[in-house]
Amino acid sequence: MKNTEEILQALKENFPDFSFELKSDLPVEGFIICNPLVIDKISHFLHDNPELNFDSLINLSGVDEIKANQLSVYYHLESTELKHKLVLKVVTDRNSPEVASVTDIWKGANWHEREAYDMFGIKFLNHPDLRRILMPYDWEAGHPLRKDYENPEFYQGMKVPF
Amino acid sequence: MMYDFFVDLFGNTVIAGIASGILMSLLPLFLFILPYALFAVLAERKVSAHMQDRLGPMRIGWHGWNQTIADIIKLIQKEDIVASDTDKPLFNFAPVLVFAGSYAAFAAIPFSSYYIGSEVDLGIFYIIAVTGLVVAGILMAGWASNNKYSLLGSMRSVAQIVSYEIPTMLVVLSLVMVSETMSLHTLSEMQTGYFWNWYIFGGPGFSLTKFLLIPSMLIGFIIIYISTLAEVNRVPFDIPEAESELVAGYHTEYSGMKFAMFFLAEYANMYAVSAIVAALFFGGYQSPVGYLGNLLGVEWLIPIEQFLWFAAKGLFFVFVQMWLRWTLPRLRVDQLMAVSWKYLIPIAFVNLIVIGFITLI
Amino acid sequence: MINTKSSAIRTEEMVLNMGPQHPSTHGVLRLELALEGEIITKVTPHIGYLHRCFEKHCEAMTYPQIVPYTDRMDYLASMGNELGYAVAMEKLLGIEVPQRVEYIRVIMAELQRIASHLVALGTYGADIGAFTPFLYCFRDREKILHLFEITCGARLLYNYIWVGGLSHDLHPDFVRKTRDFIKEFKPTIKELNDILSYNKIFIDRTANVGILPVKTAINFGVSGPNLRASGIKWDIRKDDPYSVYSKFDFDIPVGKGTHGTVGDSWDRYFVRILEMEESLKIIEQALDQLPDGDVQSAIPKRIKPNAGHVYGRVENPRGELGYFIISDGSTTPYRVKVRAPSFVTLQILGELCKGYMIADVITILGSIDIVLGEIDR
Repeated sequence: MKNTEEILQALKENFPDFSFELKSDLPVEGFIICNPLVIDKISHFLHDNPELNFDSLINLSGVDEIKANQLSVYYHLESTELKHKLVLKVVTDRNSPEVASVTDIWKGANWHEREAYDMFGIKFLNHPDLRRILMPYDWEAGHPLRKDYENPEFYQGMKVPF
Repeated sequence: MMYDFFVDLFGNTVIAGIASGILMSLLPLFLFILPYALFAVLAERKVSAHMQDRLGPMRIGWHGWNQTIADIIKLIQKEDIVASDTDKPLFNFAPVLVFAGSYAAFAAIPFSSYYIGSEVDLGIFYIIAVTGLVVAGILMAGWASNNKYSLLGSMRSVAQIVSYEIPTMLVVLSLVMVSETMSLHTLSEMQTGYFWNWYIFGGPGFSLTKFLLIPSMLIGFIIIYISTLAEVNRVPFDIPEAESELVAGYHTEYSGMKFAMFFLAEYANMYAVSAIVAALFFGGYQSPVGYLGNLLGVEWLIPIEQFLWFAAKGLFFVFVQMWLRWTLPRLRVDQLMAVSWKYLIPIAFVNLIVIGFITLI
Repeated sequence: MINTKSSAIRTEEMVLNMGPQHPSTHGVLRLELALEGEIITKVTPHIGYLHRCFEKHCEAMTYPQIVPYTDRMDYLASMGNELGYAVAMEKLLGIEVPQRVEYIRVIMAELQRIASHLVALGTYGADIGAFTPFLYCFRDREKILHLFEITCGARLLYNYIWVGGLSHDLHPDFVRKTRDFIKEFKPTIKELNDILSYNKIFIDRTANVGILPVKTAINFGVSGPNLRASGIKWDIRKDDPYSVYSKFDFDIPVGKGTHGTVGDSWDRYFVRILEMEESLKIIEQALDQLPDGDVQSAIPKRIKPNAGHVYGRVENPRGELGYFIISDGSTTPYRVKVRAPSFVTLQILGELCKGYMIADVITILGSIDIVLGEIDR
């Protein structure tokens, strides 16, 4: 069982080239901010390292941080064996949001990433099947959970607001 | 006698023949199948309801006894929906064929010693052959519906009916070997007297053969009951219309009276196979304990009693079918085939050989 | 010799659309099945037919207003959804709630677990073709819904567990009626076992079908009874205790592969039956220890948490239900993401169904027990 600081140490030792930032001033949980394009490599390490052994991705959620003009993704990881948890956050540009996919590490990430794509338009690189999931496949009005999203007037000739 | 009456009426043998033929063939429909179907549909609802801790239909008439009549009125009024991409001639013909197949079987079923639609010598052979029409009808319905669920359902159904006809035939064959007749009427007449003369108890007469036959007959009865259950698509063999998988199987696309015909055919079939089992193993129309008519010396009472006994035996097996339906889960297609080919057919074969040896003694 | 590999007979895959309107997809789920005869080569689930924009709604509502909306996600386990939201919010706000509230919450959540499992088991029987156990299960569930009704007036969507408290205290008859229910319910579990669980046909249909190895299950994020059926003792009530679960003595049933392989459909079915018995144990203990107190004393007048984020989770009947709530310091949340257990679990369907038959898709889908209201949110 390790806490976030110890995991951060392990990450820094293993990936000296990447930048990590621990934020623990806000309630309730601290999290580590890392680079969106290498999150897959970091995840591989977290998953495979026997001392960390994060075998389960419990949650993955996209967030629109419109004031900072950025989109972010939160990863909630857990080890069912060692019973420790970790929150990772990646931040990406709002105009061309690209994050490396972790689907080949945790298969359960597949639909979570599709949902984040559907709702925020975050492109997950190397995702096997990046389609919309909850919205119709032919929804053209953008990504609804973005803060500046506006409902379209019509969808396929049907009036949307009612 | 009907024929003679019409000859007197029309003075022409051809017209009289046609008229009496039509009347004779409609008689079982109106005298037996329709009232039976009305009763059986309600019975199924009531049986299932009471097995499931509920009451079932209660609104229409006393304890809902008019429910089926209301349902029929509803079905007659319903719009006859034919989807645009169906193969219309086949689609319309299929329910007729299915119903004809199961209805034709009633022609050779001996309801009492005085009433058999057609007293053919090959009665049992005829019944098994003519119910084959049902297979064609089902396949037709599934194909013509142009619906994948219907197609899958009819394919399953045909595979199932054809497979289960083999154990049925083998058991029938073993009985034919013992009784040396194919006429259901003769077969029933042979089991006259008391219930220990029934074939399930080794047949008439007291001899070593009778007692040797009892276990084989029991096995034969179980096999034929299971396989007839599969032939009429009842639980646990209801995979052709498996509600939770194939929506309604081959009759998914049917509505109104065409659906009602499938429904009627299903219930008619249930009785037909039960009647065959009753006729082969349980003395047909013979009373197990003797006749009230003989006791009172009233001759005309006997056929009526026989009819009641036959109806009661058939209905008992129909009840068992319902009982099973509301108790058991459903098998999977491959398991269903395994039951037939791996268990029932080999056992029926061995049973046939054993019975053959016993009859030789 | 017939060479089956030659192209003399041209075969084609058949695509069968199962749903969105189908008797056993348990809601508006569409499965695109690619079939080779009756054998499944590929399953593609299509979801979203019941999408009600829960997460978008939350961003426009104050924190207490969200509670009734959580009910509508997993509509078979509304108490659990509310409890999850309350646990997450109380963690964010740092509120201690009175003991009586916690005990009542546990009783409600466990009653809800039994009710939810009864639906799962009953409909599973109906999927396999046994219709009678379905009605037996619903008969018993009705008694639990009656208990909820006397508590808060609603049978399905309760709005009962609030942030910091409860909407009503217990009805004076509640404890007695719950004890009566437990006494009546215990024998019916045996009845269900006799009619369905140990039925030969049922075992043939479910054992060795849709085997989920524990490694795959964890990798996919499967949780709840489905994960435990694969043989791992993982239960948030024990491993990350919330509310007052640490005070009760109960067991975590796991799949043992009694009739087939560990993690098959029968195990997933039977784990739920065992879990109902454990829930009864918890309810009995909670009723014995139920303290007095005011159930509304800790409800904040105005909920305005500091900027921050929280991930609160509970063990719902279908698995781990998590709420990820980000607050920006105002009275409405900035972002709410729900980690719905069924949403995660449904992903494994394609993995489990490959190579089985159409009938087995129904078996497997029934055994993982999904609720579409929660998947589409």
